[in-house]
Amino acid sequence: MSAARPIATTRSASGIPTGRLAVWWVIASEIVIFGGLLASYIMHRLSHDAWAVQAANTNTWIGAFNTFVLLTSSLFAVLAHAAAVEGNGKKAARLLLYTSAGGATFIAVKSYEWFTEISHGFTITSNTFWSFYYTAAGLHALHVIAGVIIMLIVAKDAARNLELHRVELIGIYWHFVDIIWIFLFPLLYIAK
Amino acid sequence: MAEATAHHDVHPNYVKIWAILLGLLIVSVVGPMFGIKAVTLFTAFGIALIKAYLVAKNFMHVNLEPRFIVYLMSTMLIFMLLLFAGVAPDVMKFDGTNWVKPEVVQGGPADHGANAGAEHH
Repeated sequence: MSAARPIATTRSASGIPTGRLAVWWVIASEIVIFGGLLASYIMHRLSHDAWAVQAANTNTWIGAFNTFVLLTSSLFAVLAHAAAVEGNGKKAARLLLYTSAGGATFIAVKSYEWFTEISHGFTITSNTFWSFYYTAAGLHALHVIAGVIIMLIVAKDAARNLELHRVELIGIYWHFVDIIWIFLFPLLYIAK
Repeated sequence: MAEATAHHDVHPNYVKIWAILLGLLIVSVVGPMFGIKAVTLFTAFGIALIKAYLVAKNFMHVNLEPRFIVYLMSTMLIFMLLLFAGVAPDVMKFDGTNWVKPEVVQGGPADHGANAGAEHH
């Protein structure tokens, strides 16, 4: 083992590289965070029919468009992983940039959506539905922003064929963020 | 690198899976337009489960990881269900034997959509 190579990428007591194990642990903790939030939303939504009145004010088409954007960015992320496996760092970096562009588009659309909703009087303090709406979507958006920043850092190294295993790690995280949105979309935009 | 990705070298047709996901997205948007509750529930939440499964299996490659990763994720989901089972009676029931939930806990007028912006979209 070369001294220049980080230990964390080669040690594997669990049968998988430590870096990937760490990402799975992050996701395990995220399941508890988002799971608790979504479970709380579902039990309140089921017991308060009035929430449907408020949910009717969310824009299904914007939510659907953002779902399309995230699904497409996930495709680019997994294609970047395939390129990294082939040892093609430049292609992996390019695909990660496309993925980041998807994340940026998501945030831009979300910003427009929130601006419109707030300007119509639907704020985080309007009532508990909107509190849940802004908390859940906001927490998810923070994860998207963090993912984009990390992805740009990984892409910078990947373009020089460095640390290509990280392409898969950020991809796993990004797909998880995608899955969270897959559940937020019907909860916040479709169940009216 | 080879060590890190050795068991993830089998790649399905990702574009095909993405196309299936988009097809499911369209169904989940169109389904509720029929206004039938059962159809809405299936097309919204049933399809969300299918989409999540497709992403986890084909994009995250969960099925290629050691079994303990699946157990780890499942344990967290069970924690979520335990939270729901433990808290839901307090949230979802409004009265019971010798008790009634105070109105302030049930949610006042602000929770019933009377005071938020009325016009949107």
